[in-house]
Amino acid sequence: MEKQAQNILSVSELAIGYGTKKVAEHINFSLKPGILCGVVGVNGIGKSTLLRTLARFQPMLSGKIELKGQSTKQIPPEKLAKELSVVLTESPASKNLTVEELIALGRQPYTNWLGTLTSQDKKYINESLDAFLLNDLRHKKCHELSDGQLQRVLIARAMAQDTPLILLDEPTTHLDLYHKVQILKLLRELAHYQQKTILFSTHEIELAIQLCDTMLILDGKNHPFGGPCQLIEQQHFDGLFPSEMVQFDPQTGTFKVNK
Amino acid sequence: MQNAKTYRISFVFLGIALFIAVLLNIGSGSVNIPFNEVISILFGGNPEIESWKYIVQEFRVPKALTSILVGGGLALSGLLMQTLFRNPLAGPFVLGISSGASLGAALLLMGTSLLTGLTSFSFLGDVSLALAASIGSFLVLLVVIIVAQRVKDTMALLIIGLMFGSITSAIVSVLAYFSSSEQLRRFIFWSFGSVSNLSFNQITLLAILVLIGIGLSIFSLKSLNALLLGENYAQSLGVSLKKSRMTLIIATGILAGGITAFAGPIAFVGLAVPHLTRQIFDTMEHKILIPAVLLYGSILMLLCDTIAQLPNSASVLPINAITSLVGAPVVIWLLVRKRKMMF
Repeated sequence: MEKQAQNILSVSELAIGYGTKKVAEHINFSLKPGILCGVVGVNGIGKSTLLRTLARFQPMLSGKIELKGQSTKQIPPEKLAKELSVVLTESPASKNLTVEELIALGRQPYTNWLGTLTSQDKKYINESLDAFLLNDLRHKKCHELSDGQLQRVLIARAMAQDTPLILLDEPTTHLDLYHKVQILKLLRELAHYQQKTILFSTHEIELAIQLCDTMLILDGKNHPFGGPCQLIEQQHFDGLFPSEMVQFDPQTGTFKVNK
Repeated sequence: MQNAKTYRISFVFLGIALFIAVLLNIGSGSVNIPFNEVISILFGGNPEIESWKYIVQEFRVPKALTSILVGGGLALSGLLMQTLFRNPLAGPFVLGISSGASLGAALLLMGTSLLTGLTSFSFLGDVSLALAASIGSFLVLLVVIIVAQRVKDTMALLIIGLMFGSITSAIVSVLAYFSSSEQLRRFIFWSFGSVSNLSFNQITLLAILVLIGIGLSIFSLKSLNALLLGENYAQSLGVSLKKSRMTLIIATGILAGGITAFAGPIAFVGLAVPHLTRQIFDTMEHKILIPAVLLYGSILMLLCDTIAQLPNSASVLPINAITSLVGAPVVIWLLVRKRKMMF
């Protein structure tokens, strides 16, 4: 019982999909506080579906999702918003919001019915701005930002929401290598120094191997989960892509193209 | 906070502009009444000519009040629609909500004879006209929302709104063909739009409807702001999408439907005012935008009505034509200047 309570998120025998169409099943993993976890897998294997299901944007088909030992099904929306925040692939609907306004929206679960920001809320907003190096941009509109900056703003918003669990759907797409590394390192710091549990999907397997504490590989079969080194030893990355195209090199933790 | 201060100045500026617009509106009309006389009548004095008092108190003041309610209410409904659909082109007119209200009004004004052979309106109170138009706009809004959930493409949604407009006008034509000239005239005059000739009872009812709309909007402040991020983000912030969507639809239906019932389908105010307001108030925070569009809409409507009255002449232009003449160029100007409409 006590061991269970330590887990922020635990998923057992989860099946995900749309209606009758099952995308993936038998997903099992659990995450403790302060863990950065990457979800990898080929396109269409169900990374986004998994995150959408965990965020309760769509119902699970079967299995169990528990937040701090409580089934997410039973948590009312306004309470769930204090436990779990998201960063999605879609950009905000209104690009006319300033950086500060957007991050302030992260405080909504805590504000009164008029959405008045208390000094406590402002403290969280300023901390998020600091953590994601956004102080100079705070009065800029979102349409004035680069992709990398906007991504930082969206993650800062999730941080301001102050939830023990943060889910991110492909936070590094459309970014160059430098900004990919920047985002992932910021996420790692957020997990380690603020004891957040962070689960993100990505195609950057090589970077994820270097930076994540644990990884979940969606392979359509048994979905191995564990530390990157452990997964390499168990040769789980080898079968991720068709071997006639790319091959995994366990020495360097990188993929080599077969010419 | 530097921002809060500049907004306060803008609000003071808008307040003064509203005051001037009210005076201008009451001070002008087909009968030329000296301005100082108008002021003295407003403060309970007796003018040189007794009929002036009657004109100001019974005609011009109610008209100004109606303009304020109509302009503010339509602008607010436009703002709600733009946030709900997260589309800069949304507005009561474009999405067919006004068409729905027209259909409701047409069915009541002209359809009754078709259905029952009754020609008298005696049993049709103001309430039933408001109700018919509101129900009409509700129905169209509901269909638009249902379609919006299936069709993710907002452009398709706008086209569907336009199609509703066509269907409505077709049904109205059929109704018109079968109705008497008296009924037809009533409907045509209603469709020109007018803010005059409303009794104080009607104005009270209109005010109640607009206040309900404002109340529902204030109640939805947080979800409106959250919706600026998109529906998924709003949901992740604890917003109940179903509930807030329904609240906003009802608010828009009451505002646009009620106003259209009393003042006729008035074009472009709902679409243009939120954009004009964002030129002054550089924010997306609805706490600022809601009072701002209410003020701005009122001012614009008062000015449009002042122009429509053609000061010192006996004729009155349809207000619908004036708002279109003002509103359409504004939308074009915004598109050309900003290259794209930012929401």
